[in-house]
Amino acid sequence: MLSTYQNPVFDYVRSPDQDAASPMRRPVIVIGAGPVGMAAAIDLAQQQVPVIVLDDDNTVSVGSRAVCYAKRSLEILDRLGCGSRAVDKGITWNVGKVFFGDKQVYSFNLLPEAEHKRPAFINLQQYYLEEYLLERLKALPGAEVRWKNKVVDVRPQADGVELTIETPEGPYRLACDWLIVADGARSPVRGMLGLESRGQVFKDRFLIADVVMKAEFPTERWFWFDPPFHRNQSALLHRQADDVWRIDFQLGWDVDPEEEKKPEKVIPRIKAMLGDDRPFELEWVSVYTFQCRRMDRFRHGRVIFAGDSAHQVSPFGARGANGGFQDTDNLAWKLALVMQGKAPERLLDSYDVERGYATDENIRNSTRSTDFITPKSKVSRIFRDAVLELSEHHPFARALVNSGRLSMPATLHESLLNTPDADAFDGRLVPGAPACDAPIELEGRDGWLIDRLGGRFQLLVFSDAVPDAATLDGLQTLGGMPIAVEPLVVSPQPLALPAGVANVVDRKGLVAARWDGQPGTAYLLRPDQHVTARWRELDVKRVRAALARATAQEV
Amino acid sequence: MSSLRIDPNIERPDDFYEALIEAHRELSDEQSQKLNARLILLLANQIGSHEALLEALRIARDGV
Repeated sequence: MLSTYQNPVFDYVRSPDQDAASPMRRPVIVIGAGPVGMAAAIDLAQQQVPVIVLDDDNTVSVGSRAVCYAKRSLEILDRLGCGSRAVDKGITWNVGKVFFGDKQVYSFNLLPEAEHKRPAFINLQQYYLEEYLLERLKALPGAEVRWKNKVVDVRPQADGVELTIETPEGPYRLACDWLIVADGARSPVRGMLGLESRGQVFKDRFLIADVVMKAEFPTERWFWFDPPFHRNQSALLHRQADDVWRIDFQLGWDVDPEEEKKPEKVIPRIKAMLGDDRPFELEWVSVYTFQCRRMDRFRHGRVIFAGDSAHQVSPFGARGANGGFQDTDNLAWKLALVMQGKAPERLLDSYDVERGYATDENIRNSTRSTDFITPKSKVSRIFRDAVLELSEHHPFARALVNSGRLSMPATLHESLLNTPDADAFDGRLVPGAPACDAPIELEGRDGWLIDRLGGRFQLLVFSDAVPDAATLDGLQTLGGMPIAVEPLVVSPQPLALPAGVANVVDRKGLVAARWDGQPGTAYLLRPDQHVTARWRELDVKRVRAALARATAQEV
Repeated sequence: MSSLRIDPNIERPDDFYEALIEAHRELSDEQSQKLNARLILLLANQIGSHEALLEALRIARDGV
């Protein structure tokens, strides 16, 4: 049915591993070549960890599925080398409007402030994003994708995992030190291991229709409660690339999903919504129900779950794929350090704790949105409608309207990897927060701070002048530690700094403003760009202690 | 920190009570429920404090 996109077909290729006399052992295997599995593989390969991705299919996503990618995901994709392709192809948007009946009751602008590299959100069909991730993955030495490789048996061992894999040419066995499971919400591997993802099933059905049409509607997210064209239910209109529009209709529980997918049922609904005779073509139709659920633990020894296999949310809030990218962002550097023998295995327990915390936040938000969109009781419906009615004329009620609280990056407030503040700071860059972008100048050219961060531990030091010799010595030693810390001096004007100490020029003063960066202030950043410690005065001993803490080593 | 006031604070208690009952006059149960919902939301905004609102919910629920 897709008219704007043709799914590529990837060849199954026989691997020499299939002819090995005894199972070959690989450092890391990722199960699932979806966005999350491929992001994990790219991140590891970028850190020189060899990785194999197994997928039971031989193409990218069929249908557009995940559509909204948040600023934080774009920043992660930038670090993985795919951000620009996604943004160039995607549709950038910042504004959402909410309608009740035939009236607009509320609108919001997600653009937090000017002068960031990436917008609040883009919309892009999942298959395009998967293509870009795959291209990047294939360009990395040490990374390999095996199509039509279906894992049918998983046996965890104390120091690794043994797999049996089915292929068009029969089964073979393979072993690995570490297994990352990213095989989606239904996760066959989770089932094979007898593990569960538990939570709440929502008794409601939604119709997704992607339609191709030329429309002059603004690039905004439009959400209707109880619209005239679809009484007593909700509806959503959102633009994607290639003149494809995502339309969602809430259907209620008592409908036949197969019946509702038929074009003769779908087309009249869309015509009623568009309210005119403009031509459109159905691109993809699906009826879904959803769940908010998670696994109790995401790490089971050498088996680590990421993305929808670990946790699942309702789509209102775009917290599925966006949450999954934050999983791999959090996991990859930790796994690389453990595999290189630079950090103890228990560092990986912090993945479970930190992403568990973020998952609970995502589930809480998406459950609340779902309860507002689909009230579960009579009184819940009465309050919901009262909020919507009041919101038209009474601004206070607009804060209560919930058509999806859109994905924000998790601030890992309570992580044991953080060094608690000993000094007073203003602003949002608390230990656990993801880095905040700002324009900078690098070697005389305009750039973005976010592009200069990540991939290793870094120390941002704010200074108006060249630091004294003792400080520079201290900074230089950081780069030579077993887990190296790259020092970056942020200054309003270029400074002449010795080798091993880089300079970030903050001409506009926005780095200092957003980071509360008074001269002398230092921030220790993790390879995933999260703040892990900060001080008003630089002391290399304290930096070392914070680094030991952030890598789960005894101080 | 702002806790819920439970000492008498309504300026004109009898007038308020009369007005409250009057507001519901000739409404069906359904309409009354709607009015109550709107009223709760308006008053909740006036209170503002999350702690005070939770305390009000707790006291109200305890008596049911």
